Amino acid sequence: MHTDKYARALGWVSLALGAAQLTMPRTITRLSGLDDAPAAATITRLVGGRELLHAAMLLGGRSPAQWAWTRVAGDTMDLALLGGAMRNREGARRRRAGAALAVVSALTALDTVCAAGARRRPQGPAEVRASITVNRPRDEVYRFWRDLENLPAFMIHLESVRELDERRSRWQAKGLVWEAEITDERAGEHLVWGSARGSGVEAGGAVTFTDGPGGRGTVVDVVLRFGMPGGVLGAAVARLIGEHPEQQIRDDLRRFKQIMETGEVLRSEGSPEGTYAVRQRGQRPAQPVGGRP
Amino acid sequence: MKANCFAGRNTVEVRDVPDPRILNARDAIVRVSSTAICGSDLHLLDGYIPTVKRGDILGHEFMGEVVEVGPAVTKLKAGDRVVVPFPIACGACFACEADLYSLCENSNPNAGMAEKLMGHSPAGIFGYSHMLGGFAGGQAEYARVPFADVGPIKIEDDLPDEKVLFLSDVLPTGFMGADMCDIKPGDTIAVWGAGAVGLLAVASAFLLGAERVICVDRYGYRLRKAQGLGAEVLDYSQADVLDALRDMTGGRGPDACVDAVGMEAHHPTPAMYAYDRAKQATRLETDRPYALREAIMACRNGGVVSVIGVYGGMVDKFPMGSVMNRSLTIRTGQCHVQRYLEPLLGRIREGAIDPSLVVSHTLPLADAPRAFEMFKHKQDECTKVVLKP
Repeated sequence: MHTDKYARALGWVSLALGAAQLTMPRTITRLSGLDDAPAAATITRLVGGRELLHAAMLLGGRSPAQWAWTRVAGDTMDLALLGGAMRNREGARRRRAGAALAVVSALTALDTVCAAGARRRPQGPAEVRASITVNRPRDEVYRFWRDLENLPAFMIHLESVRELDERRSRWQAKGLVWEAEITDERAGEHLVWGSARGSGVEAGGAVTFTDGPGGRGTVVDVVLRFGMPGGVLGAAVARLIGEHPEQQIRDDLRRFKQIMETGEVLRSEGSPEGTYAVRQRGQRPAQPVGGRP
Repeated sequence: MKANCFAGRNTVEVRDVPDPRILNARDAIVRVSSTAICGSDLHLLDGYIPTVKRGDILGHEFMGEVVEVGPAVTKLKAGDRVVVPFPIACGACFACEADLYSLCENSNPNAGMAEKLMGHSPAGIFGYSHMLGGFAGGQAEYARVPFADVGPIKIEDDLPDEKVLFLSDVLPTGFMGADMCDIKPGDTIAVWGAGAVGLLAVASAFLLGAERVICVDRYGYRLRKAQGLGAEVLDYSQADVLDALRDMTGGRGPDACVDAVGMEAHHPTPAMYAYDRAKQATRLETDRPYALREAIMACRNGGVVSVIGVYGGMVDKFPMGSVMNRSLTIRTGQCHVQRYLEPLLGRIREGAIDPSLVVSHTLPLADAPRAFEMFKHKQDECTKVVLKP
């Protein structure tokens, strides 16, 4: 995305600036007319460290534009520092501080444009996709999935699905209940569903079944869309506690495959619930669960 | 029941834990009659396999009597005597159908963890970290065995435990090491490591028609066992292995090389050892691949390097230039034990191979901590400890 390239360029600016401030703080303080203050070199080094943080966020991330606002915040701090310094100085030092202030103001403008650009990005529901190959005939695989009441057996976050008629069904998960509708269906090939209008929940998905090459079972491709409670921040928090949506859907598909190929979800002593993202983080010791009844 | 549990780096403890229960319809519960400590258990003990937790029951080499089966088990019943293969396999997926049981796609509930380290997940293994399933191991009085119709092999004659126990791992692993060498008449095979797996690779190489087998180790008592099997031996602390192998093979190098050492190899030059040891200690690399590097450099042009020693993560200074420019083939894998069970049981029965030759000690399960200590430090000429619960 264009804004991301822009943000990355700003990241390089941060890196150069931070490196300069850390390695030659005295040159920087002289250029900005602050070399008479005893703490100036130390403050410059601290600001340099902060610049490196901006650089890390803008150069390290996959979508750096979302971090551009951190530079805007940094710029505000620098403007305040330089503004204060300029007011207390006279002559050549005041002129140099003014020049530095002008440079920082220009950067602030660039950063603000970038941060604002990132904000305008459409914030639709999260979409995750995953794919798995099941060593069973396509019709059988499709039929199991088409019986939507089977979904909670492998989609661990679903509590229940009740079919109301051919197209409509009632879903329950995490205290939420909503109605979903099959919006497109080609028997044995393709199924699309979504939450019904006015159900208050934004969730849906599409699954495609194709024959694996050379008779190698059935390839199942899934796309799930869901509104994350709390938006982007909610999604980030969920990731931190192990609810990584990409891994969740992969685990869902692994359970689906286990049921199709072996009849049930395999449990181990460390993961007695079977494949489950959160449990993979917080394992029990590999010791028998409970006792012999 | 009593079980040998991981209790932190370099410590195992025999603890009282709950008895196992049937968790899946295809499970069986086995009362363990014999279980062994594997060289790869030492990688767990030393803390080099990620995702091992305190309290994990160790052990992936075990056999015993079936005492309970789940409702979906048809081929086994209570009272059957079975040896259990270390990789857990469903028998129904693409990998199992291709005889690649240690790559079963359905037997690792923690596949997501393994994917992060390895790209894709292999099969689950008993008592071998959470990334490989978090299954309780077999160094215990009882063990739960998933997919009981697929893995365990019934032993219906009176062969003693010591002769069939090693069908669970070291015999088929050593055999696969030789099998992957694609041995042709006249071939010379070099085997690094004269532990249980290495010794059984030596025996298997002869069984598969090797003309000569050369075994590399530094422990005299282990090399003598290899000699007893007909191998020529090289003590790497005394001789330069690359030079010696060149001289022994008419300047060409062994036709195939088997690495039966793995990630905690040693090096005769202290500086070389210190280099990788330090990187391993600071987790800059997880594995010390001296045996592997040497096997690659020693192998003849166009030969096979067969890797059955266990590696956990990353190795450095890997001589890829030697592999590529000299058309070497690297073949490797956790053993697909289920593939070899029937044929190897037949070989044991007809007396062509006797895996009990590796056993040096038989101790009660309660002595597991002492056994690990002895095995790790090669005390009392230890090559293999069998534990009796």
